[in-house]
Amino acid sequence: MDFSDSPQEAAYRAKVRQWLEQNRISAEEIDADPVGAARAWQARKAAAGFACITWPKDWGGPGGSQIEQIIFTEEEAIGTTPENLFMIGLGMCIPTLMFAADDETKRRFVAPALRGEQIWCQLFSEPGAGSDLAAVRTKALSAGDGTGDWLVSGQKVWTSKAHLADFGIILCRSDFSVPKHKGLTMFWIDMKSPGIEIVPITRMNGVAGFNEVFLDAVRIPDAQRLGAIGEGWKVAVTTLAHERYAVGGTSGPGWQDLLAYAKERQVGGDDFLSEGDFRASLADLYLMAEGLRHTRNRTITALARGNSPGPEMSINKVVGTRYMMDCATLALEVMGPFGLASDAGSAAAQFRNHFLTSPGSRIAGGTDEIMKNIIAERVLGLPPEVQPDRERPFDAALN
Amino acid sequence: MDLDFSDDQKALRDEFARFLTRHANTDHVRELQRDAGPGYDQALWDLIAAQGWLGVTIPEVYGGLGLSQLELCLIAEELGRALAAVPFSSTVYLFASAIMEFGSEEQKARWLPLVARGEIVGCLAVSEGPGDLGCERPLMTTFDGTAMSGEKLPVADGIAANAAIVLANGPEGVALYVVDLEGCDRRSLPGLDQSKGYAALRFDQATAEALPGADNGWDAFRKLLDRSVVPLAFEQLGGAERALEMAVAYAKERRAFGRPIGGFQAIKHKLAEIFIQNQLARSHAYFAAWALESRAPDLTRAAAGARLSAIAASELASRENIQVHGGIGFTWEADCHLYYRRAAHLALIGGSSRYWRDRLVAEIAGTSP
Repeated sequence: MDFSDSPQEAAYRAKVRQWLEQNRISAEEIDADPVGAARAWQARKAAAGFACITWPKDWGGPGGSQIEQIIFTEEEAIGTTPENLFMIGLGMCIPTLMFAADDETKRRFVAPALRGEQIWCQLFSEPGAGSDLAAVRTKALSAGDGTGDWLVSGQKVWTSKAHLADFGIILCRSDFSVPKHKGLTMFWIDMKSPGIEIVPITRMNGVAGFNEVFLDAVRIPDAQRLGAIGEGWKVAVTTLAHERYAVGGTSGPGWQDLLAYAKERQVGGDDFLSEGDFRASLADLYLMAEGLRHTRNRTITALARGNSPGPEMSINKVVGTRYMMDCATLALEVMGPFGLASDAGSAAAQFRNHFLTSPGSRIAGGTDEIMKNIIAERVLGLPPEVQPDRERPFDAALN
Repeated sequence: MDLDFSDDQKALRDEFARFLTRHANTDHVRELQRDAGPGYDQALWDLIAAQGWLGVTIPEVYGGLGLSQLELCLIAEELGRALAAVPFSSTVYLFASAIMEFGSEEQKARWLPLVARGEIVGCLAVSEGPGDLGCERPLMTTFDGTAMSGEKLPVADGIAANAAIVLANGPEGVALYVVDLEGCDRRSLPGLDQSKGYAALRFDQATAEALPGADNGWDAFRKLLDRSVVPLAFEQLGGAERALEMAVAYAKERRAFGRPIGGFQAIKHKLAEIFIQNQLARSHAYFAAWALESRAPDLTRAAAGARLSAIAASELASRENIQVHGGIGFTWEADCHLYYRRAAHLALIGGSSRYWRDRLVAEIAGTSP
């Protein structure tokens, strides 16, 4: 048990710090052109061997360790960085291409994506296929003109970065007459193709970022197919398995900010820090946040020792979003009417934003309920959900 | 970053776990619940003593194994998992810890070898009736400079104990004393977990010696609690993990409405939540083990986190284990109630959640005395 870096880790951290100091993109540059700055930052990282650190050399990556990636991410987060527009591409889409695409496609996309020259999106969810992803209905039909091309029509939703994306991977239904997991086919798609319309979705906190994507007979050459016809589910599972290892901590205002506010108010004569009720709630928040931090450190320990992490990180999403919501709710409660309305930039304003963001966080990327199903089934080995439509032809199950 | 036990430490844990699998059994714990009797499994205790496990953290010069607090924590987790009915926590985390932290050289030389050789059972005698263990309050038990008088109750493992650490008024204020219980007037008290031999101990002009390192008794007591609740948290965690295993195994096997009940989300989500709480408790416990062993300045905060998280996890797991078992779960013959009783015992002997939340917030807010 020890909380310091090993000598190798310390040396790597020092190298990273020095590089970051000399290469950071300034806040002014980011403000002037956020997307350009994001691309430039990715290119600098790639040139210096700090992009996709764990990617093997034959993918064009530096072949580093997961600990090195964690150290770099920690150090990068200390200063200003452009928004990362490449997470979905590099974390999910490109690994899917590595699994399912031919060599020519890999040569075309992998290196440029690493350098930040391309932004990717993932066209999976639909209005009728959220937690139940295998229920997608976006149709892929043969163009029937001898070219072998496909015509894709339907609607995708919750597509992050679709409005900026150059390319995407898309899960389609190519056969409605077989059970739902068996009629799916995956493609990569050029997001500038005719027939694609992108409509931004504004979330309940007033911020856009997700999109609806409407596809109307979009022509996709068969060479863009990823995996065999009807094997799209297998490819999608690979994509989801590549979801970036979630060792991130919680972000935004937390118990420390709430404590600082409580201490300030103590001086002002509003001494809820001495009240048992508030103290109990503050302690509960501390237990969640610190419990997650130590859990993350257990995972990092496993990686540092060269072992596979245990199942402990599966709790991250449920607890992290519960913490976020509880924290915001308690903060607004103790702030009283000031929690409802106050000048922008005040502590209350941050917690208000958190209050409006946290309900979405409990749903996006796997709802609390789906995350608990995953823990119950994959970690505890309990029986899978009953799926009455699983063995029925998809078109029959629809009715 | 290294927040885990070493391979050697884990090997020691596995050895101890195998030993407990062979020698500890829950039927004996159930029998002990019948009456307020001896309050522990003498045969198991003798075996644990014979193998030297009681001296795990006692320095070799006093006849112990001289291992670290980390090994003690792992042993504690296995004791909790096996529901071992032995006065280990009273003797090792409380009695021996107090002697090691606050005793004089002579006191260490007298008592520690006895603990290491398994020749005595120790206990901690603080309570004098209703009220949370941790809260500072006026004491009736008094040492007048030559002898001690007063009554302590309840004292866990007080029936079996040969010696006690006693918090009492002294000539210069509250202090911690070590008292030989030979000839002490004691009566057995009916309690929640009768494998923990609760007693009332009456001192009538008893011989007692102050622990010189504990001149401010309440401060010393808090320091002792900070240290002892860390292995205690591991013991709670072991029980919580076992309760989850029992519930999961039953949910896979028990069928209702045509399928195993573990296939229903009401059960799955309940068990997933226990898993979540157990993982949080484990993470806090690991951090506290590190803080204990390295004598980190934020030990109080780490111990409070471990303690609170362990109480929450063990209460949830032991309660919901009964619920998942349904009708069979609340029978005398099922083991569920044994874990439920033990979880309550462990939650109350080291200071309650209310007490520890208050200590935690005082620490993080910088308002600790």
